[in-house]
Amino acid sequence: MPEQQAAEHQSNPAEEVGAFLRERREQIAQRWADAALLRTVFTVSRDEAVEAARTVVEALAAVAASGRVADSEADGFAVVREQLARTAQSRARAGAGIAQISAEMDALRPPVTDLLLDELSDAPAEHLRECTTALTVLMGTLRLVMLETTMNAGQDLINRQRLELLEIATPVIKLWEGIVAVPLIGTLDSARSQVVMEILLDAVVEQHARFAILDITGVPTVDSLVAQHLMKTVAAARLMGAECIVSGIRPAIAQTIVHLGIDLSSVLTRASLADALAYALQEQGDHIVPNPASAVEPR
Amino acid sequence: MTHSTGSVSACLPIHSDLDLVRVRQHVRQMTAHLGFGLVEQTKLVTAASELARNALVHGGGGQMECAPVTTGGIRGLRLVFSDQGPGIADLEQALSDGYTSGEGLGMGLGGARRLVHEFSIDSRRGVGTTVAVTSWISGPPRPREAH
Amino acid sequence: MTAASTFPYEGHVPVLRLGGVLLVTLQGDLYDSTAEQLRQDIGETASDSAVTGVVIDLSGVEIVDSFMGRVLSDVAAMTRLLAAQTVVAGMRPAVAITLVELGLTLPGLRTALSTEDAMRQLGDEGSVLPRAGRPHRERP
Repeated sequence: MPEQQAAEHQSNPAEEVGAFLRERREQIAQRWADAALLRTVFTVSRDEAVEAARTVVEALAAVAASGRVADSEADGFAVVREQLARTAQSRARAGAGIAQISAEMDALRPPVTDLLLDELSDAPAEHLRECTTALTVLMGTLRLVMLETTMNAGQDLINRQRLELLEIATPVIKLWEGIVAVPLIGTLDSARSQVVMEILLDAVVEQHARFAILDITGVPTVDSLVAQHLMKTVAAARLMGAECIVSGIRPAIAQTIVHLGIDLSSVLTRASLADALAYALQEQGDHIVPNPASAVEPR
Repeated sequence: MTHSTGSVSACLPIHSDLDLVRVRQHVRQMTAHLGFGLVEQTKLVTAASELARNALVHGGGGQMECAPVTTGGIRGLRLVFSDQGPGIADLEQALSDGYTSGEGLGMGLGGARRLVHEFSIDSRRGVGTTVAVTSWISGPPRPREAH
Repeated sequence: MTAASTFPYEGHVPVLRLGGVLLVTLQGDLYDSTAEQLRQDIGETASDSAVTGVVIDLSGVEIVDSFMGRVLSDVAAMTRLLAAQTVVAGMRPAVAITLVELGLTLPGLRTALSTEDAMRQLGDEGSVLPRAGRPHRERP
């Protein structure tokens, strides 16, 4: 009799864990819904928590059935990745750190282990150990998947915010009919110069602007790469039928430019934004006439 | 590191200026589908046009292979142009022609190089020329200090 | 440059004449041979008659490579010899950025934001008014 039972159980601990998870799906989902991780995320409806837990159990069952309990790249995890990321994000927004999320994730394991121990109470000790080990490994892998997904999501967020920041830091101001200005503040690197160029040229189209002023008063330094970008922006604007004026080159920057031997002669420059605007207005044929009242006043 | 995801790769012939239009349209569709920004799309399509014309005019025709690639979670598009033409005698010169349109027609190698993130060329006299280019979506930090 | 003329497609871009100005509107992707043909057509039309300007509307064009850039420069150089001005109008930002990156700044070429602006530029040229100080308002 021991021989027969051994043969039957010898099948494969992972597969057996898979079958167990599928069978007890409902029970596990109910228990998980009360665990801290899900309870704090799905505050409104317990049904949603159960539903979410059910999906995760199903994914675990699929992974176990494929025998890849230790593989975080297993296909079975793909369906729950997004859900796990949302759960983790939600916890992170609530102020939970990575360590806490990880601990909460770990807390999902004991309820399942208990159920498994009940289920296999008659099985030989050796087999029982193999099955619980498979389950532990599987739950560990799930935790890894979740943390991995969380960190990738964090990186995506950082990248997106960096781009948004670049755009926020680059406002386009319409100074006059047909004249737009982009005042730049802060360091210009290659990536930002690229964004600035695109924003400025898009504004030229949108505002139907014949003149675009790039004011660099707030830019601490200009190196040769940035100068090159300025020249490219000017050249691209010209191709579109607009004139780009660079204003606000401070004496220190002018010195650097000369020092580096950068030839900005192809770029139309003005000392200040006001000078650039005056130039554009004159070119455009708009004149600002001093108020006659104030002109007459001295008499 | 970089591996092809392979699923939607394609191979287009380059034997006429009709094919040049097809190459441009295919690269445009692929870049749009992958989520490239408009400027990056336009740059890669233009580079493809230059390289395809190069294969047509100087290599007597050839083909373009096109495959999406990923590295470290960043997606990109890799294009490989190959011809069995006479090869390029002076690579340095062909690449450095650059900033003037000078000889113009078809010799857009230097220009194409500036439009993509990665560029490699292999040319053997009497065997042919292969140019491989890759661009990434909003690019990894470009290790391109000067050019 | 290639034996492309054997392919079945429309080989001509219409060249419209408005007074002394030729208006060419390019759309979408152009075959090399169509571009070559256009260069020829403009040359012939411009020499035929009292043409003072050529306006090429690029607002519907998504890509200009070195070949097309070369065609544009050639048209400009050619019309200049015939005492006419060529203005390229409405180039999109992405196209302009790409051309600059490619190294083609097309220095001899005149540009305008739109065909209306281009027409106005050519019109002003013909008149005796000085450039600055002209009463010039955008559409509302």
